[in-house]
Amino acid sequence: MVQKLGQLKESPSQTAGPYVHIGATPNWVEITGVWKEDLGLVLVGPEAKGERIVVKGRIFDGSGTPLKDALVEIWQADAQGLYNSPQERRGRADPHFTGWGRQPVDGTTGEYRFETIKPGRVPFPDGRLMAPHITFWIVARGINIGLHTRMYFGDEEGANAECPVLARIEHKVRVPTLIAPRSEENGLAIYTFDIRLQGEKETVFFDI
Amino acid sequence: MSDQGSFYQRDRSWHPPAFTPQYKTSVLRSPQYPLLSLENTVSEMTGPVFGHDRIGPLDNDLIRNYAKTGDPIGQRIIVYGRVLDENARPVPGALLEFWQANAGGRYRHKKETYLAAIDPNFGGCGRTITDQEGRYSFRTIKPGAYPWPNGVNDWRPAHIHFSVFGHAFAQRLITQMYFEGDPMIWQCPIVTTIPDKAAIEQLIAALDRNNTIHMDALAYKFDIVLRGRRSTLFENRQEGN
Repeated sequence: MVQKLGQLKESPSQTAGPYVHIGATPNWVEITGVWKEDLGLVLVGPEAKGERIVVKGRIFDGSGTPLKDALVEIWQADAQGLYNSPQERRGRADPHFTGWGRQPVDGTTGEYRFETIKPGRVPFPDGRLMAPHITFWIVARGINIGLHTRMYFGDEEGANAECPVLARIEHKVRVPTLIAPRSEENGLAIYTFDIRLQGEKETVFFDI
Repeated sequence: MSDQGSFYQRDRSWHPPAFTPQYKTSVLRSPQYPLLSLENTVSEMTGPVFGHDRIGPLDNDLIRNYAKTGDPIGQRIIVYGRVLDENARPVPGALLEFWQANAGGRYRHKKETYLAAIDPNFGGCGRTITDQEGRYSFRTIKPGAYPWPNGVNDWRPAHIHFSVFGHAFAQRLITQMYFEGDPMIWQCPIVTTIPDKAAIEQLIAALDRNNTIHMDALAYKFDIVLRGRRSTLFENRQEGN
């Protein structure tokens, strides 16, 4: 008999279901008075450094219908490329920027929207710089295990061209599924990142 | 404890696959292209960590945190356990969020239409943060089974949803807890998206008569395992095991 490694198995994932909001954003579904404000609504404090931006979009299923019950989480570096996490070893991140956000998609239009800042570049394990990006995690009814993807910025063509993660994508025709075009509304930069779960122009999802 | 190595790769034959046609909604919500494998970068090895100051005194007491005129109706239970990593080490400071239906299987949600009654004293949400040994507990009402429009006559077993934050975004996990002995577990098209029986059993909380509260509440034990980290055996010996 071979010795055992003594390792446990990770708890298996299950779908978040249609009522994920009860636990994640209770005030949003009018369960008020349990806790004051839903976690992850505000990323940016008034003194946060960096360019204020809005990231918005919709999530489409394989028929082209937007999901109206999804929950989106984002995780990103601050303007200097540092993460507001105890695991960050490279320096101290901007204390006025949390780096983590959570929003339900709108129950009617399916749109999500984050008010955040544009992140700085962070290094790949071999030291090369990755292009600025925001990590996305999507859960919903019908999604058995949370989907990881990344949003890159349409106005960072030079950095995107040398990003070691984007370079990993063999089918170059799929790279644009991760790049959000920039537009402006009343002087505010808007990046629109639509996510397609399945089919034509399916978004690249990662096993991290 | 090593806290710098990259995480063990997820065993995606242990987790449910994306496409599980008996759970109908997964058919149009499952990617068809393979996932792109990416070794952990700092973007995945960091993650938000929440302080105990976030948590109110009733956040882990679903019997009292929405009470308006009295206690909710139903079987009073304690759910407790530990959050560990795959190396069997405790994960302290992990934020757990949980949500559930009431004793009759009715969720307090605006899109919910099941005819079982809302309980005016039950909200159905809670949260807590693990202690230094990775322990957590909360008090609630045992949820009821719940019908859903998948098959013509499909019912969910009694379950509590869990959302878990470890120390890194790579550990982010949402799952569901089931109750020992429930015959509906093995008939449920969501449970059986998980291909391995042993993996399903990992989600079934054990009845623990030793930790009941006398004349008050039953207890169920539910441990959660998050991804573990590699030791950097030769790259950096001082990390070690």
